[in-house]
Amino acid sequence: MTDAVLGDTLPHDVTTFDKGYLGDGHTLRSWLFTTDHKRIAILYAVTITIFFFIGGIAIALVRIELVTPAQDFVTADEYNRLFTLHGIVMVWFFLVPSIPTTFGNFLLPMMIGARDLAFPKLNLFSWYLTIIGGALTIYMLLAGGVDTGWTFYTPYSSIYSNSHVIAAAMAVFVAGFGTIATGVNFITTIHTMRAPGMTWFRLPLFVWAMYTVSVVIVLATPVLAMTLLLMTLERFFGVPIFNPNEGGDPLLFQHLFWFYSHPAVYIMILPAMGVVSEVIPCFARRRLFGYDFMVYALIAISVIGFFVWGHHMFVSGQSAYANLVFSFLSFIVAVPSAIKVFNWTATLYRGQITYESPMLYSFGFVGLFTIGGLTGLFLASIPIDIHATDTYFVIAHFHYVMVGGTVSAFFAALHFWWPKITGRMYPEAWARFAAILMFFGFNFTFFPQFIMGWAGMPRRYGSYPPEFQIYHVLSSAGAAVLAIAYLMPLAYLTWSLRWGRRAPDNPWRATGLEWQTSSPPPTHNFEKLPIVENEPYDYHPRGYVDQEHEAAGTAESPQKGGEQR
Amino acid sequence: MRHFIFFPPEASEYARHIDWIYFGLIGISVIIVGLVVVLMVSFGIRYRRGSPAVRGRLPEWVSRDVEIGWTVGTLFAFVFIFWFAAATFITTIGATPNALEIHVVGKQWMWKIEHPNGVREINELHVPVNVPVRLVMISQDVIHSFFLPALRIKQDVLPGRYTSESFTADKTGIYNLFCAEYCGTDHARMGGRIDIMTKPDYQKWLDAQPGAHNLAEKGRQLFVRLGCAGCHFEKGHTRAPDLAGVYGSYVRLANGRTVRADEAYLRDSILQPARDIVAGYQPIMPSFKGTVSEDQIFDLVAFIKSYSGSGEAIK
Repeated sequence: MTDAVLGDTLPHDVTTFDKGYLGDGHTLRSWLFTTDHKRIAILYAVTITIFFFIGGIAIALVRIELVTPAQDFVTADEYNRLFTLHGIVMVWFFLVPSIPTTFGNFLLPMMIGARDLAFPKLNLFSWYLTIIGGALTIYMLLAGGVDTGWTFYTPYSSIYSNSHVIAAAMAVFVAGFGTIATGVNFITTIHTMRAPGMTWFRLPLFVWAMYTVSVVIVLATPVLAMTLLLMTLERFFGVPIFNPNEGGDPLLFQHLFWFYSHPAVYIMILPAMGVVSEVIPCFARRRLFGYDFMVYALIAISVIGFFVWGHHMFVSGQSAYANLVFSFLSFIVAVPSAIKVFNWTATLYRGQITYESPMLYSFGFVGLFTIGGLTGLFLASIPIDIHATDTYFVIAHFHYVMVGGTVSAFFAALHFWWPKITGRMYPEAWARFAAILMFFGFNFTFFPQFIMGWAGMPRRYGSYPPEFQIYHVLSSAGAAVLAIAYLMPLAYLTWSLRWGRRAPDNPWRATGLEWQTSSPPPTHNFEKLPIVENEPYDYHPRGYVDQEHEAAGTAESPQKGGEQR
Repeated sequence: MRHFIFFPPEASEYARHIDWIYFGLIGISVIIVGLVVVLMVSFGIRYRRGSPAVRGRLPEWVSRDVEIGWTVGTLFAFVFIFWFAAATFITTIGATPNALEIHVVGKQWMWKIEHPNGVREINELHVPVNVPVRLVMISQDVIHSFFLPALRIKQDVLPGRYTSESFTADKTGIYNLFCAEYCGTDHARMGGRIDIMTKPDYQKWLDAQPGAHNLAEKGRQLFVRLGCAGCHFEKGHTRAPDLAGVYGSYVRLANGRTVRADEAYLRDSILQPARDIVAGYQPIMPSFKGTVSEDQIFDLVAFIKSYSGSGEAIK
């Protein structure tokens, strides 16, 4: 079935690195000083892959420790440093940059019909900031690590911790400016560089996701930078800001931190929503259901997402009445997310659905994101949250959103655009197997954590009462499966770079301007800049126009008011 | 498998109530997840490529009406869940009258607990069944969180500020006590147990403990030893305000504000006396920060709370 969809008419070449933008220089210099958004995307992809595996190794050690109730594999201090490393690396050096800096960078100009981003040099500078932040993280790790948890709560971080808090905070601080610069670049590009005919409501949903996420990044990340700076001032110079013994307020830190870090959740999930909104219409051969509502939902999420930070602080000592307000707003912000899930599902209606690996990953995304979102409603309910917060229930919830959601979508994007980016096809059977394995491995790992969380297992514990062991063993076993599922794409995608079949320009017969140029694209993206005349996701009403379906289509009764085009 | 559990034990009416809300949410979630999965699977099969099912465009109004329909439906459902959960929470706001007040001090990495009669214990909390209990808590260093899963309650314990949590247990037994807010190296060991006992057993246990004497009495002795009595017990109260019956009353301050003299106010007045000066007095009281421990502040506050003015007979 797949092979029928994919053409393979081009001859096998020895190397893939001689075509399009990839053939534009093979020296290290040609990569490190490039201003081509596509090459910078590749630099980012290599960087975040390395950090993904650093964060992965850290959590693998944590899961080994948790197989037994006693603290017996690493010491308590080492355990605290491992989960902190996992959190910092996965949030700021994988999830936040993941989709925007790789697929956003690569695809955004092509999707709107531009030759590059608005500020190509700033784009390269963003990558260097990320690299400096990453280098500080590696330094912090080699120097002995940090043990505050990724949340850096004061006064523990600013006064009591005996670890490399300042190095870690500066790493995040610097990398944050890289993200801000990327956001500014994207906003400017989308405003000023759209091709003729590419109106706002013809933008692919992925571009809308990049736009909204950029706005959130630009508004929220400076608050994080400021917060970490204040924490560093207190730790390094003793400036009393959060220390209650000097008249400071430790809760102030939490308000500031979550004022960034709750929108940061949307920084991580909005791009994933954008990816899935591209993939599902393509493999369902169907216009995205409720395009306008999908756009409004993205905007609503990014606006309301700024006003719900207090739901992280229901037990912190915050006023009970503030809790009620934050709880209510948290329910409201869930509405547009629910609408998106319904719309993805409805897009399948009357489709011509095929199940290539990007579609399997996207199905996984919808299912896992739905569970992640619904358990978010549990945590938005104050009395439920009072019991469940700071337990594994919360861990399970945000991993369903961040890993089941964002990482699944990241892999969907990787498989969907891999032929465009590299000019090569990967072995589809292996890719489908990895997608299915990832779905099951994920559920094996994280579903038991819901149960043990409600049963009372607190997070950030290296040793625990024996009644929780069964769940930890299940979770660790699932993590082993998940690890294999993550390593598999690394293997077969690398393999495909040399031995994969040549990819045609549009292997999935998708709409979207990025598919109208060659694979891999030329340095300036398009031989001739496109003019847009069609609505987005303009798939044929019956999916395909070839003979077989034309025949099937004749059997159908004419729809009232439909098919006027 | 010895201790295989799905739910923590329910040791209070409140805990059972919370579990009902939890079950309700699970029910709603199963319906929604079920709906999404059934739709995806049935569309996925019916509209697989090449199947004979009917295709073609939908009229515009269908998608618009459907969109508006499920937006409004979801909104109502979510607001209902909010109300359903928040209604329970609202009942827990506010003071519990006549509660047994137990003081908790968190420090890296132990819980120090003091009963009203001065009995102290560490990492264990003995309480009587069917008696409302209010824990008044403070931390000596970083933020901790006092988590009692069997009672479904948790409250962060902050440095520099009192927080409290209340419960009425209705089932005897020994249950887990955890620190739920990450606090450093031995965070995972900063726990213990809560022992819910029958009233006679609790009394028996209290009587068997050493060091039992009235908290307020200890506070009174400390009050004298620290020299507070010199001004606060002075006849005429020219230098310092009278403390008789001050707890719970409204105090007029020099800057014109009026505050309620609760535990936090009393604590602040001991540690930062210059902050809220009572109207008509000079800011002459020294700060006791660093002089008194959190435990001793609890004793002093207990004394001030109990003091009704009959203690002037101090030389």
